[in-house]
Amino acid sequence: MDFFVETLVGGLLAGVMYSLVAIGFVLIYKASRVFNFAQGSMLLFAALAFVTLTEHGVPFWLAGAIALLLMILTAVLVERVVLRPLTGRSDLTLFMATLGLSYVIAGVAQAAMGTDVHALDLGIPDVPINVGPIQVSEFDLAAAGISGILVIGLSLLFTRTRIGISLRAVADNQLAAQSVGIRLDWIWRIVWSVAGFVGLVAGLLWGAREGVQFSLSLVVLKALPVLIIGGFTSIPGAVLGGLIVGASESLAELYLGPLIGGGLSAWFAYVLALIFLLVRPAGLFGEREIERV
Amino acid sequence: MTKPLLALHNVSLSFKGVKALTNLSFTVQAGQVCALIGPNGAGKSSALNIVNGVYRADSGRIVFDGTRFERIRPLKAARLGIGRTFQHNALFKHMSVLDNVMAGLTRHTRTGPLSHAFHLPRGRREEARMRERAEQVLDFLHIRPHRDAAAGTLPYGVQKRVDLARALVAKPKLILLDEPMAGMNQDEKEEMSGFIRHTNRTLGTTMLLIEHDVGVVMDLSDQVVVLDYGRKVGDGSPEAVRNDPEVIAAYLGTVH
Repeated sequence: MDFFVETLVGGLLAGVMYSLVAIGFVLIYKASRVFNFAQGSMLLFAALAFVTLTEHGVPFWLAGAIALLLMILTAVLVERVVLRPLTGRSDLTLFMATLGLSYVIAGVAQAAMGTDVHALDLGIPDVPINVGPIQVSEFDLAAAGISGILVIGLSLLFTRTRIGISLRAVADNQLAAQSVGIRLDWIWRIVWSVAGFVGLVAGLLWGAREGVQFSLSLVVLKALPVLIIGGFTSIPGAVLGGLIVGASESLAELYLGPLIGGGLSAWFAYVLALIFLLVRPAGLFGEREIERV
Repeated sequence: MTKPLLALHNVSLSFKGVKALTNLSFTVQAGQVCALIGPNGAGKSSALNIVNGVYRADSGRIVFDGTRFERIRPLKAARLGIGRTFQHNALFKHMSVLDNVMAGLTRHTRTGPLSHAFHLPRGRREEARMRERAEQVLDFLHIRPHRDAAAGTLPYGVQKRVDLARALVAKPKLILLDEPMAGMNQDEKEEMSGFIRHTNRTLGTTMLLIEHDVGVVMDLSDQVVVLDYGRKVGDGSPEAVRNDPEVIAAYLGTVH
């Protein structure tokens, strides 16, 4: 029984890391109806900038601040060069634009900072510690704590600030938001910047675990089933989706893995996502758009 | 002759070659309620959407409160003092009624996001002023009981009033009302037109509205502009329009 609980908890904690990536998508999707495939590259860019700076002796917090500034700069550029010219174009056009953007960001980041694999040490040991009867990774616990703080911070931003009111207004109805004088360009810059910040946090945590390299940008593929399960428009959905994916992956690997020779965790989340697409296409918290006839 | 608050001069608009408006000109005096009427497809919504910049006219110009423009963006229109409501509910449906109305004050915010986020005194004072203003409008339109409800969950008639409150809170000089009484029964229509009249009389807000119910329009408006196939076929007081043979032929005559 303890072993089951341990696997479950380990899976849930790993799932938090998926949630973190998915939240970046949700933020941008809510505000601009863009499925931002470049979220993974933004995450890579942020982590690569951070690790390159620290390797050159820049202190931790300063490196973090500079990486954040780079994310904000990226957000401003994306708004100006991609979103504004493509306003009103089809969802597919915008998706393709972010697909291109993904390669541009990853390419620029690697051209500037190289393609080496960097080890990233955040000073949190990845060792198991005893929590009651079970063992969990200290790193996983720290990552979950950081993610929790981030989610609380985001929900305060959305519900307690005037920017939050504007953000939610734009998410609900762009035309009406403009009619009351909300500036879409600023909302997009802010949202992409916040998504960049979430990407920075996710990039550091993922980078510390897997090393900072190009493959870091592929965590988007882990976020996709999370989004399908949780819904594209809900931060709680992204959190819950990540937990479901993390836990079910670990449990499937443990119980089904031996039957079919392992390697389940690479694709199990997609099976789950397919089931959700058939049964609940809008995801757990997503909204089914009702088209006006 | 006083200067009109809004004037359209020879405004034309077409969608992919189909003419929606042809050389439309009319003026609205400050403080008046002006109704745009006409059969479906006459171009009423197009005219409204041009005034607040959702559509851009192919030709012609618009003068609003002394500012002349050929094309305008919704944001600029809001800044100049043009508010609007929407035909189909366009509330921020996941937000509370109060937050919807607070969002309506966006163009009046002065303090930056930082002083607000960190609850600096200036931001706090402004927040308090905004809230007070929003609450006044809730009282004015009798929607205070719904203050904390998510807008999307409210009955249709109340949502229409929240839409009006969101536009009104910014103290616009002109409010564009796109079918404010569409889909309402007679009682609801009377209630809503009561609120529109009350707003106009008490606050002096100029209104340009689209409405299908001719009875309501004649009752409510100081001026009626009649459109048919994108052209103006009548313009004047309700009495004058009612007796205009061209209007009767084009529109009123077809009411059964």
